[in-house]
Amino acid sequence: MKELSLNILDIAKNSVKAGADTVYVTLTETADTFTMKISDNGCGMKPDFLRTVTDPFSTTRTTRKVGMGIPFLKLAAEQTGGSFSIESKHESDYPEDHGTVTTAVFNRNSIDFTPLGDIVSSITTLIQGSPDIRWIFSHTMPEGEVELDTQELKEVLGDVPLDNLEVVLWIKGYLEEAYAS
Amino acid sequence: MKSLAELAAIKEKMQNKVVLREGSSDTRVVVGMATCGIAAGARPVLNAFVEEVGAAGLAGSVMVTQTGCIGICQYEPVVEVYEAGKEKITYVKMTPEKAKEVVEKHLKGGKVIDEYTISKV
Repeated sequence: MKELSLNILDIAKNSVKAGADTVYVTLTETADTFTMKISDNGCGMKPDFLRTVTDPFSTTRTTRKVGMGIPFLKLAAEQTGGSFSIESKHESDYPEDHGTVTTAVFNRNSIDFTPLGDIVSSITTLIQGSPDIRWIFSHTMPEGEVELDTQELKEVLGDVPLDNLEVVLWIKGYLEEAYAS
Repeated sequence: MKSLAELAAIKEKMQNKVVLREGSSDTRVVVGMATCGIAAGARPVLNAFVEEVGAAGLAGSVMVTQTGCIGICQYEPVVEVYEAGKEKITYVKMTPEKAKEVVEKHLKGGKVIDEYTISKV
């Protein structure tokens, strides 16, 4: 992946496939680190499967919802001297609070740190692709914060779906302005 | 600054349009957005379709959606066009520029761009 925002797009789609109705995409930057955390309330993974998700070759076709996405992200984080973790509770064991949390920490000063790239496009693409999910995005930087909770937009929009073209363009413009200010 | 008031205005406008939209021909543009597609550049292709369909005034009749791996990863980014009563068209190795052309010539003009389809690569 050429941009971290593409990894974010890719990994968040696992939450969609897991049937989550709420997904948090949380980015936190300091002078030295970049942390991305994606957490969802989807079906989660059983311990046996969870142990193998970072290995691209253990993925069988029936469990293909992971494939190369997680190994790519793990590699991208670890090659900067950062870390990667994934925790999950499967719905069969945790009927009340199941879901998955994927966290990757990057060392921003490493020469192998992949730039974030076009995060606005990734967030817009996620919302456009899965308008029924509540997306809660936040990006905390030393110079400020950008936030978006699609629930707030839905309250204004009523029956008009989030993947309505004009709404998608509004979201894109809103995020671009938030980053510019 | 973008405000929620603008969003409310969009809502008003859309509610007035609902009646018009019914009965219009149904065309679906499906962009493959699995790991393979994303790594090959599907995100800007999808965004180009969303923006160009709007710019061409086709938002009421063309739906742009995303799907997972279509199974021909070596040809990503892959875009499928489904039109009522017609055979599915599969465009391969797409770029934002090609997407713009597909909107103009195929979705608006009704003419498939053969050289971008899977049968010609």
